[in-house]
Amino acid sequence: MHLEFDEEQLALQESVRRFLAERYDFETRRRCLAQPFGSSQEIWHAFAEQGFLSIGLPEPQGGIGGATELMLALEEMGRSLVLEPYLSTVALCAPLIAGHGTEARQADLLPRIATGGLKLALAHAEAEARYASTVRTEARRTGDSCLLNGAKATVPDGAVADLLLVSARTGNGLSVFLVDPNTPGVRLVRYRTQDGRSAADVFFKDVKLHADHVLGDGDATVALEYAVQRGIAALCAEAVGAMEAANATTIEYTKSRKQFGTPIGRFQALQHRMADMFVQATQARSMSILATGRCAAHSHAAKGDAELRRRDVSAAKYYVGKAARFVGQQAVQLHGGMGMADELAVSHYFKRLTMIDMTFGDSLHHLAAVSDAILREPREAV
Amino acid sequence: MDLEYTPAEESFRAEVRQFIRANLPREVSAKVLGHKRLTREDIIGWHRILHSRGWSAPTWPKEFGGPGWTAVEQHIFDEESTAAGAPPVIAFGVRMVAPVLMKYGSAAQQQFYLPRILSGEHWWCQGYSEPGAGSDLASLKTTAVRRGDVYVVNGQKTWNTLGHFADWMFCLVRTSTEGRSQESISFLLIDMKTKGISVRPIALIDGEHEVNEVWLDDVEVPVAQRVGEENQGWTYAKYLLTHERVNIARLGESKRELRSLKAIAARVSSDGRPLIEDVRFRDAIAALEIELRALEYTVLRVLSAEASGRDPGAISSALKISGSEIQQTLSELKMRALGPRALPHVPEALDAGWQGEPDGAEWWAALSGRYFNMRKTSIYSGSNEIQRNIISHRLLGL
Repeated sequence: MHLEFDEEQLALQESVRRFLAERYDFETRRRCLAQPFGSSQEIWHAFAEQGFLSIGLPEPQGGIGGATELMLALEEMGRSLVLEPYLSTVALCAPLIAGHGTEARQADLLPRIATGGLKLALAHAEAEARYASTVRTEARRTGDSCLLNGAKATVPDGAVADLLLVSARTGNGLSVFLVDPNTPGVRLVRYRTQDGRSAADVFFKDVKLHADHVLGDGDATVALEYAVQRGIAALCAEAVGAMEAANATTIEYTKSRKQFGTPIGRFQALQHRMADMFVQATQARSMSILATGRCAAHSHAAKGDAELRRRDVSAAKYYVGKAARFVGQQAVQLHGGMGMADELAVSHYFKRLTMIDMTFGDSLHHLAAVSDAILREPREAV
Repeated sequence: MDLEYTPAEESFRAEVRQFIRANLPREVSAKVLGHKRLTREDIIGWHRILHSRGWSAPTWPKEFGGPGWTAVEQHIFDEESTAAGAPPVIAFGVRMVAPVLMKYGSAAQQQFYLPRILSGEHWWCQGYSEPGAGSDLASLKTTAVRRGDVYVVNGQKTWNTLGHFADWMFCLVRTSTEGRSQESISFLLIDMKTKGISVRPIALIDGEHEVNEVWLDDVEVPVAQRVGEENQGWTYAKYLLTHERVNIARLGESKRELRSLKAIAARVSSDGRPLIEDVRFRDAIAALEIELRALEYTVLRVLSAEASGRDPGAISSALKISGSEIQQTLSELKMRALGPRALPHVPEALDAGWQGEPDGAEWWAALSGRYFNMRKTSIYSGSNEIQRNIISHRLLGL
C-alpha cells in the first residue's frame, strides 16, 4: 500500500505543467476558443513532440509510463483547461485499442496517435439510454461486409475526431468499429459544448463496413465497460486539476479584492468556505487516485474483481462530481460579480467542472450504482 | 503508487487478526459492538493482554518498548482491532502524553512513566479545558505558583474524559503573569491521588458519565513533574495536538459502524420489507459510504507521505472535519433506521447481559443516546470551526 508518486512521475507532471503554463496560458486558450471547435493543430503537434500523446501507450508502440502517469498529466490538462481531445484520444480510445484491438490495428493506430496524426472519439452512448450502456446501433452482416444503422448522441470530441470508435450490436454481442466520419451514410451534427469544447451527434444509415473496420475479435462488451471506467477515472483526474486551480484563483482573488477597507479573504465566513473547498478538492484527489488505481492493469480489481472496480469507480465519480459542483459554485460565489464574467478564468473552471459531472454519469447516477451494489453485499448480523 | 497491500502487510494483518480472535474476550467485544457500558477493567484488561504481546502502544518506536510498526502497520492494527470490537487504545497515555515525554521529557521522566503506560499501571487523563478556556485554550486560568521544590496548583479543569478512572493527569497551568498568554503556560504531570484534587462527574446529554470537572485546591506538584522548560508548555501542548494526525479520523471505527448500520437496516422492517430495500434510505447509506471511502484514501495518502518521510502538516485538520462528520452521520442513520424505536429511553439496557422489555431494547436502546453523544466529535479536540481556521491560515495562507 503506497499512494505516493515517484520522482520520475512527479517530474513528468511538472514538465506537463510547465509546458502548459508557457504554451497554453489563459489568453492562448481564449484564442483557441475562438477557433471553430476549440482545437488547435499547433498545440496538438506540440503535445506529440513533447511525448504527451504517448503517455500510457503500450511500450512496443513507444509508450511512456502507465495509468498513474496519465492521471498526473490529466490533472494538468484540467488545471490549464485544455480544450484538445486529449482525454478522448489518449485516455479513452488508446487503451481500448491496446486492450481489445487486433495486433494489426494496434500496429496501425497507436503509432499514429503518438505522432499526433490521429484524434479519436468514442461513439458509444445513445440518446435513449441517457447514462446507461444500452446500445441499439446495429451492424448487420450481409455477405462479406456489414451494414451499420443507428445513432450516437453527444459524442465528446466527436466534432474534431479523425476517426470514431463506434459500438454496435452484432451477432456475438457488441463490436467496436473504426468509422471515418466522412464515410458515405455517416452524418455528423457538430456543435460546441458549454465548456468551450465540442461534441457531435452521429447518425449511421446503411454504412457499409468491411472486416478491416472491426477493432478486435469477439464480444467487446467487457472491453467497452472497462474503457468507460478508465474514461471516468480520467475525468476525475482532470476535475482534480481544475478544482485545485479554481481554489487557487479564488484564494488569490480574495486576498486582493478589498471591501469595507480590508481584503475579503480576511473574513472568517469566506475563509471557512475556502477551507471546505480545500477539503473537498483534497478528498476528490484521493478518490481520483482510487479510481485510477482500480483501473490499473495490475490491480486485483482489474484481474478479477470487476464488482469492486465498478463500485469504486462509481464512488469516485459521485464524490468528484459533487465536489466539482461545490468547488465550482463557491469559486464563482466568492468572486462576487466578477465570478459571473467571461473575462476571468473562474467562470471557465466552473463550466468545465459542471460538464465533467454531467459526462459518463452524473453524481446521482453513480450514487445509484453504489447504492444498488449495497444490496448485493453479504449481510452481517446486528 | 500501488493500492494493494504488500504480501508482508497482508501477513501482518493475518497475524493481528489471529491474535485478536484468540485473545479478545467475547463479552468485551460484545459490549463494544453493542455500544454497552464498558468498565475500567474491560479496557485495562485488554490493554494488559496486548501488553503481553508487546502491542499495547501501537504507535511507539522500539526504543521506548513499542512494536516499531510502520504507519501502514499501525493502520492495519487499528482496522483489525476496531472491526473485532476491541476496546480503544487508552489514548491519553499511549497516544497523547507519551509522545510529549519522548520528545520533551527528561530521561528520568521517560524511565518512570513510559513503562507504566505500556503496562497499564498508569491510566492518564487530560487537564486542558477550563470553564473559561475552550477554543481559546491559551486563556486558561489555573495557576501554579512555585514554592521551593513544588508548584502549588489552584484552579478548575473541565471536560476531563474518564478522569474517574485515571491515576495521572497531564495538565496545562499558568506559571507566570507576564508575557503573552501562550508564553506563560507550563506542562505538569499530576498524580490524581494528590491531596486537594477532587473529581466531580458531569452528566452528559445521553445521561452517561464520561467526563468530569477536576478541582485543584492547593495541590502540591513536585517541580520534577514539570515537562521541559517552565513557561514553554504551550509548545508541548501544540506538539501533542498535531502529533495525533491520523487517529483523529477514526477510520477503523467508522468502517465498523458502516457495516453495523447496514446490518441494522437489513434487520429493521419497514411495512414488512427490510429497510435496506428502501431506495431513499439506502441512498443515504451509499452517500455516507462514499464519504468514508474518500476519507479512507485521504488517510492512506497521509500515511504514505509519512512513510516517505514527508510531514503532511495541517492536513490532519481536514481528517478531523471529515472524520467527525462521518461519525455523526453514521450514528444519525443508525438512530433513524430504528424509526419509532428511536424514542424509548431504556438506560438499564446499556448494561451487558440485560434482558427485559421493551422487546429488543438490548440491541437498539443504545443508538439514540449514541447519536446525541456523537455530537461531541465536531466539538472536542479543536472544534471543526477551529480546524477550518487552521486550514485557512496554515494551508491556504489566508
